[in-house]
Amino acid sequence: MPETRLLFRRVDEPELASIDTYRRLGGYRSLERAFRDMEAEELLGLLEESGLRGRGGAGFSMGKKASFLPRGEMSKYLCCNADESEPGTFKDRELMQKNPHQLIEGIAIAALAAGAGWAFVFIRGEYAEVADILDRAVADAYEAGYLGENILGTGSRVEVVVHRGAGAYICGEETALLDSLEGKRGNPRLKPPFPAIQGLYGGPTLINNVETLSNVPHIVANGAEWFKGFGTEQSPGTKVVSVSGCVQRPGNYEIELGIPSRELIYGLAGGPPEGREVKAWFPGGSSAPVLTAAELDLPYSFEAMADAGSMLGSGAIIVADDSVSIPELALRTARFYHHESCGKCTPCREGTNWTVKMLERVISGEATPMDLDIIASVQENIIGHCLCVLGDSMAMPVGSMVEKFRDEFEAAIEAGRAAAPRPLDESTTDARPVPLGVSA
Amino acid sequence: MSKDFARPTRNPAAPGVADEEAAGPEIRPTNEMSAGERLRLIESMRPEDAETVPELHAVDVPDKLRERIEAAMSKYPEIRSAALPALWAVQHHYGWCTREGLRQAAAVMGVTPGYLESLATFYDLFRTSPVGRHQVLVCHNISCWLRGADDLLSAFCEAAGADAHEADHGGVSSPDGELFVKGFECLGACDIAPMASIDGRYYGPLDADDARTAVEQLRAGAEVLPDKALANLPAAGGPEPDPDPRVKAAEGA
Repeated sequence: MPETRLLFRRVDEPELASIDTYRRLGGYRSLERAFRDMEAEELLGLLEESGLRGRGGAGFSMGKKASFLPRGEMSKYLCCNADESEPGTFKDRELMQKNPHQLIEGIAIAALAAGAGWAFVFIRGEYAEVADILDRAVADAYEAGYLGENILGTGSRVEVVVHRGAGAYICGEETALLDSLEGKRGNPRLKPPFPAIQGLYGGPTLINNVETLSNVPHIVANGAEWFKGFGTEQSPGTKVVSVSGCVQRPGNYEIELGIPSRELIYGLAGGPPEGREVKAWFPGGSSAPVLTAAELDLPYSFEAMADAGSMLGSGAIIVADDSVSIPELALRTARFYHHESCGKCTPCREGTNWTVKMLERVISGEATPMDLDIIASVQENIIGHCLCVLGDSMAMPVGSMVEKFRDEFEAAIEAGRAAAPRPLDESTTDARPVPLGVSA
Repeated sequence: MSKDFARPTRNPAAPGVADEEAAGPEIRPTNEMSAGERLRLIESMRPEDAETVPELHAVDVPDKLRERIEAAMSKYPEIRSAALPALWAVQHHYGWCTREGLRQAAAVMGVTPGYLESLATFYDLFRTSPVGRHQVLVCHNISCWLRGADDLLSAFCEAAGADAHEADHGGVSSPDGELFVKGFECLGACDIAPMASIDGRYYGPLDADDARTAVEQLRAGAEVLPDKALANLPAAGGPEPDPDPRVKAAEGA
């Protein structure tokens, strides 16, 4: 099954990132149409009608989200979430790097629909070269009159600022992103109020992912019915899927949602190396509960992944083949979230820390089978108990690994114990006393 | 890291603090401090110790740095949003976020240096101690780990003459001060795993030989691994398949 390239159409066209090439290929016509001939309400209706779902992870209807913003004259904002930091995800990077004007066109149209005069692209600091490309594209778009105080002479105003983050996974969480954009540490906020009512600088704010916004020009150009002709009824359109890990051709593949997962992993990405089998795979970034080889024939869609107890998330498949140790994989996963936890909520801050310590014990042979139950219970006590889902993002995959590969964890405990026999009291005699009170 | 940011308990500039007291030995919080010492330090602090916003005329800010920060401040509806760009400017100017640099940026923005410091220590890409001239961040998250990232990190460390364990725990500079190597969380380039970000540019897939070559090229001031640069890579799916009839129809319209 070939790819269905819509967002990635002509992705390797030389100089696609330049405004001249983009316009030669039909770019900015949707923006002209939207600003000259369409009203904000009409655009909102079109986006809702198209059924476009957010591509950042939650899969919420984009048009509906935009329609939550209050109407009327007030300072409203649009934020494009380009802080793509979910492990395994690299679709937004390639979309921005190869076709920045598609995103800028989408941002301008979405800002018009939402009534936002300011739009911010929050791009992660690691993507320095992509941010440079975006900076140039935004400057060119200003020059051509597609952005600024008086777009195409229609009197509408959209200012676009490319804002570079500085290395914090948590800033991909929408309210932490807003805090970071306001010049604070990226800590999530309590919801409600939701950003649509009270977001950036206290004003109503629409936050959308890069891929979501990149779809907007195509919907405006071709209509909602045309867009619904792609994908499934509940998940219309195409989806850029990042496939990585133990596959022969890792990369971004644009598909219609609903194709068999096996087709993606084996057909497009080439499957695991010769002689290897898929053992486990994350269907939606490292936050998604893992699936096994038995679940490879599920259709790749929001609904099928949810029914299988996992999620499509950001659309990033990470494949682990049968040479990979699942406890090591769990530890690697947990370490990431432990490192990235912002520390605001206790279940996440402490839960990620203890999970890492316990998984290290499993591997070093200091754990007992009972510890697996404790690991599982720590995960249960994180889920749903924090302001944001960072802790859940560790708890779900680690919990699923312990549940689905329990034998392997038990074997790892045994193997570790046999490899490094250690008298029980040794660990107590050389331990330093735990300092009390305020500690570092 | 906190050592570099340790503050004297008395702010010499604060009014009302006797000179001899201000000139007394500095007590600095460190990681090695016992809980009791830390508690005594906190109890000894007084409201007048609070750091104030430095006056712009009292701080000598390099023109270039000031220009960059002010340009950032003018881009946003509210100037505090320029805090991250200001820290980037400081890091760009001095190579890392020096205390003096933070004070200068704070003076330009009208915030306390402590405020900027709280940001610099929160975000992973800001360096709060002196580091090697070239930054090599080696991704060691899941996708890169599955493809040999740990070996790549060791290879970089070996070539740079840096300690691999330290590189994996906060980063380490090479003895000659040319390189800073750090194991980093997912850099968002799993398609070219295992990969590294060298001075902000992405390269991959890399093996141990590439690591040695890159380190040599960095030391010689040459272009780094031109054939491994992400910027030159085509789409993973290869040449574009025939466009879908629906896409084609839309383009014809």
